[in-house]
Amino acid sequence: MPSLGADMDYGTLVEWMVKPGDRVRRGDIIALVETDKGLIEIEVFDDGVIESLLAEPGTELAVGAVMATIGQEGQAAAAETPAKAEPPAPREPIPREKAPPPPSPPPPAPARAPRIPPGVAPPGGGARPRVSPLARRRAAELNVDLATVIAGEGNVIRVADVENTAAARGVPKPAAAREAALPAVPPPAAPPAPGERAAQKTVEERTAAMRRAIATAMTRAKREIPHYYLETHIDLGGALAWLAEENRKRPVTERLLHSVLLVKAVALAARAAPEMNGFWIDGEFRPSEHVHVGMAISLRKGGLVAPALHDADRKPLGELMKEILDVTNRARTGVLRSSEIADATITVTNLGDQGVESVFGVIHPPQVALVGFGKMVERPWASGGMLGVRPVISATLSADHRASDGHCGGRFLAAIDGLLQEPEKL
Amino acid sequence: MSALGGAVPAAAAKVRVTYREAMRAAIREALERDPRVFLMGEDVGRYGGCFAVSKGLLDEFGPERIRDTPLSESAFVGAGIGAALGGMRPIVEIMTVNFSLLALDQIVNNAATILHMSGGQFNIPLVIRMTTGAGRQLAAQHSHSLEGWYAHIPGIRVLAPATLEDARGMLWTALENPDPVLIFEHGTLYAMEGELAADAGAVEIDHAAIRRSGTDVSLITYGGTLPKTLKAAEELALEGIEAEVIDLRTLRPLDADPIVQSVSRTHRAVIVDEGWKSGSLSAEITARIVESAFYELDAPVERVCSAEVPMPYAKHLEEAALPQVPRIVAAAIRVMGEHG
Repeated sequence: MPSLGADMDYGTLVEWMVKPGDRVRRGDIIALVETDKGLIEIEVFDDGVIESLLAEPGTELAVGAVMATIGQEGQAAAAETPAKAEPPAPREPIPREKAPPPPSPPPPAPARAPRIPPGVAPPGGGARPRVSPLARRRAAELNVDLATVIAGEGNVIRVADVENTAAARGVPKPAAAREAALPAVPPPAAPPAPGERAAQKTVEERTAAMRRAIATAMTRAKREIPHYYLETHIDLGGALAWLAEENRKRPVTERLLHSVLLVKAVALAARAAPEMNGFWIDGEFRPSEHVHVGMAISLRKGGLVAPALHDADRKPLGELMKEILDVTNRARTGVLRSSEIADATITVTNLGDQGVESVFGVIHPPQVALVGFGKMVERPWASGGMLGVRPVISATLSADHRASDGHCGGRFLAAIDGLLQEPEKL
Repeated sequence: MSALGGAVPAAAAKVRVTYREAMRAAIREALERDPRVFLMGEDVGRYGGCFAVSKGLLDEFGPERIRDTPLSESAFVGAGIGAALGGMRPIVEIMTVNFSLLALDQIVNNAATILHMSGGQFNIPLVIRMTTGAGRQLAAQHSHSLEGWYAHIPGIRVLAPATLEDARGMLWTALENPDPVLIFEHGTLYAMEGELAADAGAVEIDHAAIRRSGTDVSLITYGGTLPKTLKAAEELALEGIEAEVIDLRTLRPLDADPIVQSVSRTHRAVIVDEGWKSGSLSAEITARIVESAFYELDAPVERVCSAEVPMPYAKHLEEAALPQVPRIVAAAIRVMGEHG
């Protein structure tokens, strides 16, 4: 289970997109995983052949847990035997010797039987689970969606089932379990992650989960990151004139929006300012070779995501524009990919559409910088000794003072300004 | 002479007695303390009582106060009502609850109503004791548990002493009560033997009692099924299930608060009642729980009651028809679900 963000501890496998024997190449989508950020397509890290799928759809897995094994092409058969990991066996029911069977003989009484084995539908043929009044009340108190709770014996949801679900959701798992689930090289028979459970989340549950994920990330940001903020105003007159000219040459479907210029300018400026592009991890800054610009996208049902536009500094404007439209569309309606969720090295947020003139954002850890753009407004603008009315936009920088200083941040903002004055070079 | 008929070393804090002896001591105390008290019923005098509760009392107190009556429940219960109206404090013994049906008119239409019908002028300070329940191969006409019927009737108080303390202490408090009190003594309890404080005396008759504390399931019972329920609780403890056992003690007016509070703690209830399920005390308790603690319930309320048949004579059939320890244990495990 890959980490799809610093705040992710668990993910629920929803669907496998491959089967044993399939040949996969790095970047192929192999599974659909549900996280607090929504449904994410998981891309494979390596080329090879799928040997075995170890996790059942519906299973919640800790980050680092082994989901499948992939062999090198041609070695699949050889690797098969040792790589087999058994799915978790349910605990043995505790026999109740003292208890005589109830009048109508039930199945050999698993009176305090184990949880339902992962991935197995609750008994009762998929019928709606019966919920005890107390379980219903407790679920309301804990804000647990009963649809996410696995029913116990007799397809009944009791209060303990609700509390287990709440605990799996809200209480951090023991550190030992997390470490055990994060081996550098997956052991041959890695134990399944604790706290496995099937989960089919409702829209409300997803929205609430995303809210919590945002809360966690933003709380961490404001607690750990010493932000500093800079603002500058950029004359977009030249850029918009160039854009109008450029769009005249393009088919309607390939026209550019000014936001693509902003993203590209940030990407190029970030490449030249490594202190802004990378991650603060374990007490030190790790600059990134690549520039993956995370683009904050607000979702209609609330919440936001900032999927990465990979190598935004190297892509021509047309390609970048297509990618922006695609990722925006998928963020709002469909499914993002794991690399898009996890990879961003710097974030751009644009609240101009909302009518605000400037935005001082909160950095998304472990990134170290966030660039904010406001609304484009016409302003009296003095330039070359002349006063004119120009389209002006506010550009702000929220940066991590551990990784950079104001001087560096100022140069970075100035570089963005400079790049936007020469749009033809973008 | 000690309150327990000389069987007691005066210095000992505890004495070993049977339920029957505790009940006799209670009657004796009442006779000694209040000259208005007298005992009457079938065979209570010369025979010493059908269950030997009043054995020896005739010699001790004489025929004026220990009175044998004709075989007419209606007549001697009616006489008891009259005596109570006339200022006496009668203890009327009916041999078993099954025979009390012959006095139903006196109990339900007179004893229970006269205070109301007289506009509050006439109390009926009458105590009626009777044996109830099965388990002694006395067949269908001597074995039923009809106390739930009486618990239906406003105007009377219904008690079910299930411990030595209550056998010893409920009678005096009942006699102090200005209105009719029915005391149901389960037939299997008379021989129950145990330790009782040498100075045991009157007890309150308003509240249910928790006989065993537990956190996992509430076992609610009274009378003859209390010992069985306590035994079931011990077996459940071996299974890791801590059962709370509630002894109702007073069947009317029902003290529902401890039941509701207990179920609010354990979230699960099993009612053990030797009466039949249909239209019963166990049904009433279930309703009280659902009315007052619905949102506390984590499992349906279970009932362990007698089979809905006239009580069989054959030993194995009678045992099968009655609530037994294994059935109580099984019901408790069912309500625990998988989370025991």
